[in-house]
Order: sequence, then C-alpha cells, then structure tokens
Amino acid sequence: MAYMHIGKDFVPPDVIGKVTGRIRYAEDYTREGMVYARLLTSPIPHARVLDIDASEALAMDGVYGILTADEVYPDGEPQSTGLKILTNHPTLVGEPILALAAVDEKTAETAIAAINVTFERLPFVLDPLDSLQEGGPNAFVGGNTFGQQGFTEAKWTADQVASFRAGNAPSEDAPTTGPIPTFVIGDLEAGFAAAEDGYIYEGSFTTAGYPHHSMEPRSAMAYWEDGKLYLHGTSQSLTALANDMAGIIGVAKEDLVFINAATGGGFGQRARAASIPSMAIPAKFSQKLNRPVMMRITREEEFTIGGARQGFQGWIKVGFRPDGVMSACDMFVVSDNGGKGGGADAFSAADCISILYQTEAVRFRGASIATNTAHRGAQRGPGQNQIAPIIAPIMDAAADALGMSRLDIRVVNSAQTGDVGGPQGTPLTSAYMPEALRQAADDFDWEGRQSRRRERNGSKVTGLGIGQGYHNAGRSGQDGIVMMGADGRLKIHSGVGNLGTYSYAGTSRAAAEALKMPWESCDIITGRTDNHLPITSPQDGSNSIFTNTRTCYGAAMDMVAKMKEIAAADLGGEPADYDISEERVHQIADASVGMTYAEVAQRAMELGGRYTGEAELPEDLHEWTQIAASRLAGTAFMGIYHDPAHSNNPPGFTVTCTEIELDLETGKFEILDMVSIGECGTVVHPQGLKNQLVGGAVWGIGLSALEQHLYDPQNGLPASTGYWQSKVPTYLDTPVRIDTGWVDLPDPENPVGARGIGEPSQGSVSAALTAAISDALDGHIFGAAPITTDMIINHISGTREDAVALAQNNYRGV
Amino acid sequence: MQPVNPQLTRRRFIKGVIASGAVAGTTSLWYAANGQSRPAGAVERMIRLNVNGQDRTVDVAPQETLAYTLRYKLGLTGTKLGCNRGECGACTVLVDDIPTYGCSVLTHSFKDGRIETVEGLEAPDGTLHPVQQGFVDALGPQCGYCTPGQVMAAVGLLRANPNPTREEARQGLAGNICRCGSYDSYLDGVMRAAEIG
Ligand code: FES
Ligand code: FES
Repeated sequence: MAYMHIGKDFVPPDVIGKVTGRIRYAEDYTREGMVYARLLTSPIPHARVLDIDASEALAMDGVYGILTADEVYPDGEPQSTGLKILTNHPTLVGEPILALAAVDEKTAETAIAAINVTFERLPFVLDPLDSLQEGGPNAFVGGNTFGQQGFTEAKWTADQVASFRAGNAPSEDAPTTGPIPTFVIGDLEAGFAAAEDGYIYEGSFTTAGYPHHSMEPRSAMAYWEDGKLYLHGTSQSLTALANDMAGIIGVAKEDLVFINAATGGGFGQRARAASIPSMAIPAKFSQKLNRPVMMRITREEEFTIGGARQGFQGWIKVGFRPDGVMSACDMFVVSDNGGKGGGADAFSAADCISILYQTEAVRFRGASIATNTAHRGAQRGPGQNQIAPIIAPIMDAAADALGMSRLDIRVVNSAQTGDVGGPQGTPLTSAYMPEALRQAADDFDWEGRQSRRRERNGSKVTGLGIGQGYHNAGRSGQDGIVMMGADGRLKIHSGVGNLGTYSYAGTSRAAAEALKMPWESCDIITGRTDNHLPITSPQDGSNSIFTNTRTCYGAAMDMVAKMKEIAAADLGGEPADYDISEERVHQIADASVGMTYAEVAQRAMELGGRYTGEAELPEDLHEWTQIAASRLAGTAFMGIYHDPAHSNNPPGFTVTCTEIELDLETGKFEILDMVSIGECGTVVHPQGLKNQLVGGAVWGIGLSALEQHLYDPQNGLPASTGYWQSKVPTYLDTPVRIDTGWVDLPDPENPVGARGIGEPSQGSVSAALTAAISDALDGHIFGAAPITTDMIINHISGTREDAVALAQNNYRGV
Repeated sequence: MQPVNPQLTRRRFIKGVIASGAVAGTTSLWYAANGQSRPAGAVERMIRLNVNGQDRTVDVAPQETLAYTLRYKLGLTGTKLGCNRGECGACTVLVDDIPTYGCSVLTHSFKDGRIETVEGLEAPDGTLHPVQQGFVDALGPQCGYCTPGQVMAAVGLLRANPNPTREEARQGLAGNICRCGSYDSYLDGVMRAAEIG
C-alpha cells in the first residue's frame, strides 16, 4: 500500500534538541528557592528501623527538614512487596529510608551523616535456593514469596534443593509458588514419547540478574503552585505513568502537571508509576516545605531502585521428533524475585517457547522466590529474553543430532499466520517467521558461510549462530485526540512517552496519514500533561507502535468523518459523497466543490458541540482522557477516539545471524558479523526500527556475554553498582557494524499494519550469540547467560567450573 | 591504531581513579567533588574560564568538578551526568580539543584551558555542526542522554582525524557508553559528519 508517511524516514522533532543539548531532562530544570533532597539509604540488606534521631541534623544551618516513611504512609506502609516511596523495613541494601532537604547537597549530605538510625538486623538471603530450602532465611519477615494470599513461605526439603542444584529434574511434587501461574499445554507424555526416536535434551540452566542502568538517573524536581503539583520527572509512558503517579502521591489527577519532555532511557522500569515511586519524594517534600525540591539520584541509587532483570535457576527438557518438530518442552524455573518482588518472567519464558517454536506440548512450573538483592521488575523482554540464549544451543544440538540444518529446524518450528500460542491458545494477529528466517539467512549468506563453521585459524575458531526473538507487541483499549484550529494545522495530542524510540512521533504519523496531511502541517503536542493528552498504555512490552497507531489513526478518522459531515451540511449532498486530499474536504464527483481544512476547522468551531468536544464524546473514554478532553473542549475542532479492545496476540519477531571468532587461548571472542531482521508488520519509521534492532543487539550481547549482578555473600553488599562493574556493553564489545533489515508485511489488526519490536531485538541476538559460542566449542552447551570469558576458559581447560550446576545467579561459583 | 587521545583513555582514567582510592566510596565522591562550601585554606574562588569562546568569571569551590561548574554555575545543562564517576562519558567536553570527562576533573585545573561544550557547536546562524548534522541524518540518538557526550567525543575525534575509518571512529568514541545501544547509528553519524564536514 502506498503511504504518504508510513515507512518513510523523517526528523523527529526532539532530535535537534538532543544533538544540541537543548532538550531538557528532569534534572536540567531549576526553580527559584529550590532546595535539595538527599536520601538516607539502608546500609544492610534486611532490617527494621527501630528509631530515627535526626535532632542534630535538623539543628544544622541550611537544613529544611526530613521526610520519613511514617509521613508518606500515615496509615502504615502497604503490606506488599514492591518499591515503597520510603520504608522502615528495607529489604535490600540502598533502599531509601528517609530524605533530608537542605540549601545545597553538601549540607544535606553532612546533615544525613549526623542522623542516627537504629536498625534491627534481620536475616538476609542472596540465593533463592538457599531461601527455598527448609530452615533457610527469608527475604521478608512474612516469608519468601508474595501472591494472592499475601506473604507466604515456600520451602523444599534439603534433598529436593540439593537434587535441583545438582541439575536434576525437580520431583513431580516439588512445590510451585509465587505470582506466576503454572500451565500445561497439550500432552507432555505423548510429546516426549514422540521424541524418543528423535532427540531429547535435558539439563539445568542459569541466567543472571542485572540492572537496567538507564543513562539518566531517576532524578526529579517538584513544586506546588496554586494547588497544583508540578513534577519534573522521568518516564517511559507519559500519561499512563502520570495517571498512576497521582495516586501514589495522593494528588487529584486534575491537579498533577507531569513534565517529561525526554527520558534518558527506559527499558521496563520507567513504564509504570509503581516502578518509580521515588518521584513522590520531591513531590511530597515540596508540599511539606512549601519550596521547590530537587532530588538528584546518583548512579548507585539508580542501581538500587532502578530495577533489574530476574535471574533464573532452571531445569529444562526438550524433545524433538525425528522430523525436527519440537514436540515437548518441560521447564521448571526458580526465579530470583529480588528484594521488592518481581514479575512473571519465568511464565513469559515458557509462553515464549510455546509461541516461538509452536511446541506441541509445554509444561511450565516455577517458584518465584525473594532475595535481599536489587529490585526486580520488567526489563526488556522479561522472560522471553532470558530463555532465548538458553534454548538456541539446544535447537542446534537437536539439528546436529537429527542431521538437519540449523536453519531448517527453525523453519520447521516457526510461527505463521493462523497459528496460536501460549496457555490460552491465543491466535496470532499475523506471523511471518519463515520469511524472517529466510531473509536473515539470505542477507547473511548463512548457507555460504557454513563451510567456515568451526574453522581453525591459529588459536582462533569460527562459530556461527542463528537466533530468534519474540515478544507480544501490541495492546488496545486506549484513547486518541487530534485538534485543528482555524490555521488548519493538525495538532496530534500524544500521551506517549519520549524514551528514545521515537514512537511518540512515529505513531503520530498515523494521524497525518489518515488525514493525508503534509508532515510540515502537523504538530505533536506532548511533553507535559497540561498539554491535555489522552491516556496511553504503559509503554512496556513493545506495544507502543501497535497501540498508539490505532488511537492516532482512529482520532484522525473521527475528524475526517466530521469534516465530511460539515462539508455535506454546508455544500450539499451526503457525507459519503465527500473525500479528502491536499488538505481539503471535497466532493468526490467534483473536487472543486469543497472546503480547505482551515475552513472546515473554522466551521467546526462555529458549530461547537460534538465538533469541538463539548458533546457526544465516545463512551468508555478513560478518566484521564475525559479530563484532557474537557479542558480542550470548545477550543478547536476535535477528533477523538476510544480504541475498542482487541483480543488476539500481535507478535514481534526477530531473527539474527552472527559469526564470531573465539580465541581458545584467552576465551575472548570477537563478533565479526551480525545481521538482524525484524518481523513487525508494516515498518512505520525505518530509522527508528533500525535503532531498535541495533539497540536490542547491544543488549543481547550484554545478556549473553557480559552483564550480571555481583553481591558480597557475607554482607549482601552489591558490588556492581556502576557501569564498569556491571559490564554494560561499550563500543568495543559490539561489532563495528550491525546490519539490519525487515520483512515489512502488514498486520491485519492494525490500521497501518504495524506491530512492535523493541524487546525481541535483544532476544534473537542473545540467542545467536550463545549459539555461536557453543558452535565454536564443538557444540558445548553452557546452559547459562552470560557465558563469560572465565567460563569459556575453564571449559577449554577441562575444569568443571564452567558449569557449576545452578550456581547462584547473583554471582557464579560455589 | 591508537585511540584518539591516548593520554586519557577510559581505562587509563579508571585505573588512575582506582589507584587513588577514589572509587571506593562513590556516594561521597559525588559530594566531595561537588561541594560548594569553602574549605580551610585560601584558594582563589573567583576564576575566569574560557567556555565556548567566551570568558566567564565564576565562583568555583576548590573541589568542584568541571561538569558541576558547567551545569550548575553556568547553566550549560547540555553536559550530562550519567555516572559522575568516570565510567560513562555523558559528561564529555573538550578542553583544548581533547575529549575530557567533565565529572572527573577539577574546574580549577582548567583556568587556562579552552573549554567547549555541546552548546558551543552551532554556528551563530543556528547551522548545526557537521557532527550534529551527521547525528541527525543517521538518527544517532535514541534517548539522547548520552548524545552531548557522544557529540563532543566525535568532534574531538574529527579534529584529530578528519577522515577516520569506521574502526577508528569506534576506538575514538569507546569512552562513551550508550545504554540505549545506539553505537551503530552513532558511528553512521560520525562517518556522515566526516563526509559533510
Ligand atoms: S558522568 Fe562523567 S563519566 Fe559518567
Ligand atoms: S541514546 Fe540513550 S544512552 Fe545513548
């Protein structure tokens, strides 16, 4: 289909601000009379605050006051896991206990040093399996897991834990627990029976937890004026986050102005207000002190409260029929939920196998166990991306055992349009995995390179890897608003956050497309909520492109319909007699009979009522959108839309091929070549898609080769609070060039055919990389991510440390 | 091949910091580096700095970092703080054409230096510097928080080596982390800048 805007590059309006430094992040703002808050954080991993003596600090010159958990939770802290604004019951090192405000940060820090906090030390635990064992310590006072029944204690016998640690299958009666449902799809027994003449793999695996480390620390500044709270903060999802943040702060939605023109990186933990309650500290503090309060967050603090990936300690059994079909997969995962509760990563991992490989029978069981380590939560492909690097070498082992090519076994097991997946058997909206596999293989010359597989060059050996990624990539049920004044310019009100994907701009172009507007005649209205913006879904789960092209397109089509009504009323005929082109609404039969957009907008404003949002708003508009619409009502011509919920699963898929050269003497490898292909429906913004593919590639390299938490087992202190120790990939860890491409076939459940891509782009690279490492090492399966240099060296030298069964996922070794 | 500024590679810098023990207590490093109060002992505080071609007189505490002075005394908030501990490069500015971590050097050390920040790159008529234009053309930035540092590192690189290979550009920018992982697009931007520069 020929589009004006979809599929074409453009300069998103914020890019100039980014290259000139003019765009402002929360910490770049200042306000007269601003004071500075600093945090007193827990020095120990699990404790109860018994007493706070701040008298000396409060007597110091330049100190304005303190804010404690008792003040922010006058009715008591919520009895649940999850980050708190401030807490008297820290469950990880670095958790904020109180804040102190002073004339400057040095004074604040000096004063904090004068505060005496009396802690009661409580037992702590870093390894979920230590906690799972009967008699083992619990991360929380009420237990080691949290679910619908509140805090509970999940325990296995010592024998069960020892057997699991040794890499054995958990017993059939191994208790499952936590917020993650177990599930069974199909007939597992029959699936493995069918694989008896094919190939069956069984083994344990670990994946590491590691921090998000967004580049912008989650600093925030707040002040109150005329009863309104002005909060400069950071978020992945502008209105979705503000909507919930109002509740956390305790301010009416109408009275919160959330200002967030740009966010310095969001990879899951800035999508929802509950993941970033620290922004409530300056909000509440400024209310208490009646002064603007700036709270700068340090890198260490960002590490602690910024979120981290759940680690897995798991066992997996996968069966393949002789024809290569994955007939059964049985998986048990103990997930490390960290100190503040986590997500359902392990469930998503199993769900991913079911969808990505169309496995005939899948059983998932798991236990989600808390530890006194960093806060866990959604991180780029939570679950799908942990399992991707584990499963890829298993696919390769099956292919080798069955005498198939590694490409063919993936094609045999790939998802296509009409397929279903997951425990509910949810239909996919569309799927073109075979096309993606073939495109990646062609672009990379996968077949041609097979002659180099495991080729030796001195101490170096070549490894080839192919990997796949998947994430559910689209939602619905949100709202859209477009406005037009008498100048005829289209104002697209976007509640989509600016986290670096440019989806706020890309999705807005669906509105321009619907109205056939030149981009130069459009303005995106966003950046602060007093611009009256519609609700969006939280921008996690790669959903923004699918979700918000639906709303933008819908709002614009509402405007088109109203234009035709107005033209028909004024110029005669029926609305169906009219069409739009070149910023005019005109009769189809005689294009000279019509009105310019400026004229029709002027006319709409004269007519008022439903044309300007003063009447007949769509039913089911979200409360947040209703507030925005009520403030816009009567100011200009309005198109407004509530997107009905859709039920099918819009998938985002990726395929990556890579070639590495691994040095058997040093254990290091270099990525020589990489091709990543996106299968995400129609491409909306090629440069933006390319950025998601290469950005995901860097994250995939981190996941499979570098990043992991490190904790001191004696005191529970984090040892990887910075970039350097966390081993966030640098330019030199990534290939000098990453080639990208896309399938570009439309999805029928999106008006412009688009689906999302941000998360699978990491999964396929991590999968391709572990497959390539395994390939270079004669098919050795580490069952781990990351596979670090020392693990490779230990494997080559024949020691067993490369595969310490289920080594704790916060540090390897025993 | 040599990194563009062998005197101040990221690794050397970090080695130096570790040797001095400064990394150990990083929270206190932030405050020690950014303290505003006058310590014991007389150090001239009102100093002249040459920033983006202008002489600016500014009150600088003895232990104040260059990034702090630029951001909070001179309002040049284009220079970002990602880690404030010499790990990420978000604070990169040029001092006498050399990319320098603004968070990890003391302002008093640069009284005689020529300091350039991202705000100083555009021509008076608003024309973008070739590196900025190259980054726009290639859509280098994602979230943009590392972008000013990447821009300044690239400007420093191209002054030393106007026609780098892609590999040289990769080495030259290696002290700048991008958590969004936009390295490939930034390298496209540098190559484009060399073309149009
Ligand atoms: S802020 Fe200076 S290197 Fe990170
Ligand atoms: S663009 Fe986000 S950190 Fe580089």
